[in-house]
Amino acid sequence: MTELSDLLERLSNEFGPSGQERKVRTLIRDEISPHVDRVEVDALGNLLAYKQGTGPEPRLRVMLSAHMDEVGFMVTRIEKGGHLRLRLVGSIDKRVLLAKRVLIGEAQIPGVICSPPPHLQSAEQRVKVLDADTLAIDVGASSEKEAGAKVKVGDYGVLASRYVTLSADPRWPTVRGKAFDDRAGCSALISILGRSYPVDLIAAFTVQEEVGLRGARVAAYRAAPEAAFALEGTICDDTPAPEDEDRTAVTRMGDGPALTLMDRSVVSHPGMTRLLEAAAEAQGIKIQYKAPGLGSTDSGAIHLTRAGVPASVIGIPCRYIHSPASILNLDDLANTARLVAAALELISQQDLVRQG
Amino acid sequence: MIELVRRLTDAFGVSGYEDQIRSVIRAEVEGLADEMRVDALGNLAVLRRGTGGGQKVMLAAHMDQIGLMVSHVDDRGYLWFTSIGYLYALACWGGQVRFADGTVGTVGLDGRVNPTKALPALRDMYVDVGATGRAEVKQKVGDVAVFSLPFVAQGDAWFASNMDDRIGCAVLVQLLRELRGQEITHDLYVVFTAQEEVGPRGAVVSAYAIDPDLAIAVDVTDTGDTPHASPPMEVHMGRGVAIKVQDSGMISHAGLNRRLMATADSAGVPYQLEVLQGGTTDAYSIQVSRQGIPTTALSLPSRYIHAPSQIVDRRDVEAAVALLRAFVSQPTCI
Repeated sequence: MTELSDLLERLSNEFGPSGQERKVRTLIRDEISPHVDRVEVDALGNLLAYKQGTGPEPRLRVMLSAHMDEVGFMVTRIEKGGHLRLRLVGSIDKRVLLAKRVLIGEAQIPGVICSPPPHLQSAEQRVKVLDADTLAIDVGASSEKEAGAKVKVGDYGVLASRYVTLSADPRWPTVRGKAFDDRAGCSALISILGRSYPVDLIAAFTVQEEVGLRGARVAAYRAAPEAAFALEGTICDDTPAPEDEDRTAVTRMGDGPALTLMDRSVVSHPGMTRLLEAAAEAQGIKIQYKAPGLGSTDSGAIHLTRAGVPASVIGIPCRYIHSPASILNLDDLANTARLVAAALELISQQDLVRQG
Repeated sequence: MIELVRRLTDAFGVSGYEDQIRSVIRAEVEGLADEMRVDALGNLAVLRRGTGGGQKVMLAAHMDQIGLMVSHVDDRGYLWFTSIGYLYALACWGGQVRFADGTVGTVGLDGRVNPTKALPALRDMYVDVGATGRAEVKQKVGDVAVFSLPFVAQGDAWFASNMDDRIGCAVLVQLLRELRGQEITHDLYVVFTAQEEVGPRGAVVSAYAIDPDLAIAVDVTDTGDTPHASPPMEVHMGRGVAIKVQDSGMISHAGLNRRLMATADSAGVPYQLEVLQGGTTDAYSIQVSRQGIPTTALSLPSRYIHAPSQIVDRRDVEAAVALLRAFVSQPTCI
């Protein structure tokens, strides 16, 4: 099976905003097909892969999810002068948009988000955050007609960024790229599928997570799992920070897979949290706990499908999430895959019972 | 019923962590039903089978109350937190909270924040467990706590931190007690739901699993009888159980409400009509389950919802039990 970092590189570089995940799906499908029993693509574009377990019947049905989509934007108008107006798809901090290089549409037309020269800005204007409505994209066209020959209204775009290895030092292996949320989760999930487990697995590579957990909702309805783990690229705000600051970071790079106790979309099933802790202990994997009350994930939608699904979330810490340049530690990524694999070896019906 | 309410309000249970209250309720309903089930989200569904020819009736009250979760333990042992459900910052400062293990703490405010200048925010607050150093503090990130004043019965007024919605749970337990030995046609699913305050979430999956013919949520509602109550509301404590017309999440099934009113009229149960402008209940989630379910809510008028000291009126509570009992005793409900 292809090495994890190689997977992440190819997935990170691929184009896949919420609603147009086709290229990412194709890449993933090619990668996993030899290792699973069956692959399906549903009405929304979710890629569902089924892998029978090796344990005796009755086997637990466990869903692992990772979302294929990244945040991006959509072209809403082509103006007379040839520049484009956009609308954000998914949540992007508007402060990261000015002057960014973009790639638009199937043909990946290059452009840039227009930025006013500092020389012309007053002190107030410099600190004002521009609304997405006032932003424009320049694709180097001189007229509406010329721009219209390259792009159309409704074309998707992403922030352009190529994957780069920052440090190959095995003690602190770091890489930079876009869409680590959640191509990191996708990479981990692909690598998990490389071997067999006692339980029946449904690997759901979902769509449209960033615009409302939409793919996961229907994928879980279809697959009807008995337990679900979402693999996410999660907020990592450990830096820059003063050394002595008395604050708990949401997650810290290098401290391993981050377990979610509670975010805005789900309270993790306590039995599954205990299972993950036991798996971490057994494997000697250092874990951390994501600061509670932040963010939402596919598990938020999955746990409420049908008669309910015990669900949990494991996060890979990604600095500068939802920007064109995220950074992660490859050990955190590898350990997340290891942790989930270990949990799949241990999980049983007992873990899913509620106390009281 | 007072002792029942006391036991239910004393038990610990916050959204997602309802273990203790669930086991208290389980003990209360032991022997009053044919089947009990706890599902993936922690809902406790209790089935009282009917004699047949009736409907599948779902009644829901939520076990969880709002609270807080520790997000950071600082160098001196102060516990910074995030909210579970909707907390009024104004109502937190200076209040006393209790953790699942019984540890208590006072909510303090960052000294740099001047409460006379601006309303304090939750992020400026912390829980103080009375330690003089970090080493003494056993709490960790992820620990949960609730506001927890002891239950007091004072004339017709009942006080507790979690009338929302332990009083609804009490109504349903009391209903099961009063139905003991009585035959009804309907399959009665009495569900003590989980995670209402963060969703509602528990009710979503419970309604899916049960797929009832009709559903009634039992929860608290606001009143319009306090000084300059805003927005104005007709509901008053002491005037009977409130039948919900609509709230900010759903519009009740009119036919179901007509049946409830007719039942109340013939059984001589005092009731009032409720329109709630800010807030909703499990009914919101249940109504849109599967193909849709005729749903309404019966509410206990309560002052100071989501504040640490909530009040309900004994007469309204008894009216709720009486109305539900008369309603489910009919051969058909809808």
